[in-house]
Amino acid sequence: MKSWNAQKTTLAERLADGRRYASGKTIEVVDLPNFLEAVIRPADRVCLEGDNQKQADVLAAALTDVDPAKIHDLHMVQSGVVLPEHLDVFEKGIARRLDYSYSGPQAARVARLLFGGKIELGAVHTYLELFARYFVDLTPNVALIAAVCADRDGNLYTGPNTEDTPTVVEATTFKSGIVVAQVAEIVDRLPRVDIPGDRVHFVVEAKKPFYVEPLFTRDPAAITEAQVLTAMLAIKGLYAPYGIRRLNHGIGFSTAAIELLLPTYGEKLGLKGSVCTHWALNPHPALIPAIESGWVEQIHSFGSEVGMDDYIRARSDIYFTGPDGSLRSNRAFCQVAGLYACDMFIGSTLQIDLQGNSSTVTTSRIAGFGGAPNMGSDARGRRHPSAPWLQAGKEADPDGPPPLRRGRKLVVQIGETFGDKNVPLFVEKLDALTLAEKLNLELAPLMIYADDVTHIVTEEGIANLLLCRDKDEREQAIRGVAGYTDVGRGRDGKMVRRLRERGVIRRPEDLGIDPLDADRSLLAARSIKDLVRWSGGLYAPPSKFRNW
Amino acid sequence: METLSYRHKAQERAAGSKSLAIIGVVASGNLEVLVERLLPDTECQVDINTAAEGFGAVWEAVVADFVERRSPGGLRLSVNDGGARPDTVALRLAQAVRLIEEEDR
Amino acid sequence: MNARKLEAPDVSRVANSKTASWYEASARQRVRLMLDAGSFQEFIGPEQREQSPHLRVFDLPTQFDDGIVVGRGRIAGTPIFVAAQEGRFMGGAFGEVHGAKLTGLLRAARDTKSVPVLILFDTGGVRLQEANAGELAIAEIMRALIEARMAGVKIVGLIGGRAGCYGGGGLIAGCCSALAVSEQGRIGVSGPEVIETNRGVEEFDSRDRALVWRTMGGKHRRLLGGAEAFVDDTIQSFRNIALSLIGSVPSFGLDVLKAEQARLEERLQRFGTCADAMDIWRAEDIFDAEAVPAISSLDFMDLANRDGEPRYDAR
Repeated sequence: MKSWNAQKTTLAERLADGRRYASGKTIEVVDLPNFLEAVIRPADRVCLEGDNQKQADVLAAALTDVDPAKIHDLHMVQSGVVLPEHLDVFEKGIARRLDYSYSGPQAARVARLLFGGKIELGAVHTYLELFARYFVDLTPNVALIAAVCADRDGNLYTGPNTEDTPTVVEATTFKSGIVVAQVAEIVDRLPRVDIPGDRVHFVVEAKKPFYVEPLFTRDPAAITEAQVLTAMLAIKGLYAPYGIRRLNHGIGFSTAAIELLLPTYGEKLGLKGSVCTHWALNPHPALIPAIESGWVEQIHSFGSEVGMDDYIRARSDIYFTGPDGSLRSNRAFCQVAGLYACDMFIGSTLQIDLQGNSSTVTTSRIAGFGGAPNMGSDARGRRHPSAPWLQAGKEADPDGPPPLRRGRKLVVQIGETFGDKNVPLFVEKLDALTLAEKLNLELAPLMIYADDVTHIVTEEGIANLLLCRDKDEREQAIRGVAGYTDVGRGRDGKMVRRLRERGVIRRPEDLGIDPLDADRSLLAARSIKDLVRWSGGLYAPPSKFRNW
Repeated sequence: METLSYRHKAQERAAGSKSLAIIGVVASGNLEVLVERLLPDTECQVDINTAAEGFGAVWEAVVADFVERRSPGGLRLSVNDGGARPDTVALRLAQAVRLIEEEDR
Repeated sequence: MNARKLEAPDVSRVANSKTASWYEASARQRVRLMLDAGSFQEFIGPEQREQSPHLRVFDLPTQFDDGIVVGRGRIAGTPIFVAAQEGRFMGGAFGEVHGAKLTGLLRAARDTKSVPVLILFDTGGVRLQEANAGELAIAEIMRALIEARMAGVKIVGLIGGRAGCYGGGGLIAGCCSALAVSEQGRIGVSGPEVIETNRGVEEFDSRDRALVWRTMGGKHRRLLGGAEAFVDDTIQSFRNIALSLIGSVPSFGLDVLKAEQARLEERLQRFGTCADAMDIWRAEDIFDAEAVPAISSLDFMDLANRDGEPRYDAR
């Protein structure tokens, strides 16, 4: 007789084995390696949080201490490969296979372990895509998650950095998997219940908060004149004419400059209330001046940001907060919001080729994708119209019959023609292609595909790729804003002039912007301390950004 | 260190009456431009001292575009460069011309 | 926390107005905006091309003015000599030509007798590439400065730039008639990294920026009496304080030096065993010492005027 409940039987066995180390649901830190050996089985799919910001660091460390003779060939499925321990499990032979989304801090080591044959790569995903597979073919057997605190029934408060946890728990617990949570402390009463206790099997009291990276703080002191110029171009040349109210900003100095120019340059242009009102965005400190100046209606966030908790509490009309007052973030829902409910994505990249394909990969680092490819893609499943979306659709297909003409989300790449260490942004062949050849990958790891990119903004101007009628026009439009890079100097001067006449390329002068006016004095805040002042003292920057 | 020098014909004389102006700072990624009104009205010269060697072709292109766009007739521009990007160079050259064309305060 | 609500910064600041940031401005911008319009006459200007003869050996670019702007002008009609260091060129460090320009200015002041000098410090000390010439220059500058003071010249130092005022610059600053400093400014001799290298990270963690500013930053210098005045980070504030200090510092002589020696000995006696600036502030009975680093410049000035080190006439 076929058994149709084998997974529930296995679950019961694992729970029984695990409970030998438990007091109620609680496991002591010192018992963790033995406990993990009891509840995990070889070849299990294990999801270790591994989020963009928060890290279940105590559980990660404990996993590296299990006996590889007992626990081996694990298939790690996690959003972020962030801590050294995330890769130690591969070096030690505890884990074998990896499916993930983002590996910024560990990018070089991931590359080394891949080349060295220590990691079998499933695939690199976007966050939403990985979450999707948790429900189809990458369902975790065990989830090792991070929460702020728990009560004795296993209810969890995940707080401002809720991030991926509800999604991970949902996929794991309802498919007979085991959920183990690390918390700073076990309390009598939670501020609010983010994860109900009957989804959580075990809790570890780590006695310290989980590790969080401050990823979304950009010091205004580092913003350059060229970034101010590209921000002015974006605001006047894109936000204004398309009327962008709903948007997502990728993190970077160029977008931070835009955020800081809204209360000054944006105000001067009379745009308040007509652009930048609704956001899918982490709590960027750089947006504080715009919020305080009345630009913003609301923001939904993927996660939180170090130092912003008190400010968020005091601005519950803007952010999503619980009855306890603290932020409630949710990466899965925010990714969906960016995909379907926003009319524009704008962000930076490291390389753009002659068609507009964009990548952040270099041959020695495999950083993964995070959320950008998802945010920076046209959502073909979208059906509700909006003015900017229809406008972009019309530019892409001017002759198509309007009732059948789908709109387009604006996907904008912004940056200076030369980046860090004077490395050119524009290249003939992406490093991602070279990497794919080297590693025998079926697909080159592109951040954003050319057919999704609608505009490119550099200090030389804006290229509107929607208005390009063929591949050649597209290439010259890109060369036409590529400045003095080799790609830029290789332009067909006559064709670029014609494209400019048609408005496919627009220079600062065409928009009434004098590059000599692009000055740091236009920024609403020029230092971290200015941001603190704008927030009325509510923003508490982490120590690395402070001199007090 | 590399020394480069470009002489061009300019469309017209740079406006204003100031004989001297200076802009910028020599630092990594930055440059200073000293501009002097010394040459005949339709001539201009750009002399460069740069820490970044081997970029002659790029300097040539930047200077040519600058001359065409800003008509710096009569001006000698002297550059001390700390490895600035071409767009920063173009900006400083333009700032220098604007400064020397400004009316004295 | 502090009584006054932190105010949103004034976004109507324009780059060319006197409310422009001192910290963000170049040396030339500080001089141009601080002095009366059109009054500045530069000595040995950039068109003279008196550049460093040494940097080419290291394949380093030179600056036409070797990183210091010297000359004369007026503030509110008052004639002054001015020297402004460019902190972003070689860290504002003293080289042969740079040092010589300041020495020459101070000797001119000594000989003129009646015109005060403003030194806009923005320096990490002596340029390593020109170490011998630089050290000599520091000594010559200090000598010329004291000779000028003995001739009756007031010499005021203004500190608020990126590089701070370190090394030989800190020594020169210590010889001035008076100093004004902003929150961003720092005054010291050994820099944070040097202290860490020589004494270890437990003694001084140079990457702990809060510690660096607590130890050497403008607020502490004001509270300790290492600077006479603390000002907001605007060109206007520095202009006003310069005028005020020129008008108020007393003459120089042996009595003043003796009083200064006594003041410093007393300071050492009172605070010599303190491990951290905060201990000094507490010993000075500063209200809510913990909050000092975070409070606004305006609130700090109130506090300093109320509770800070009593001003001595000595310098």
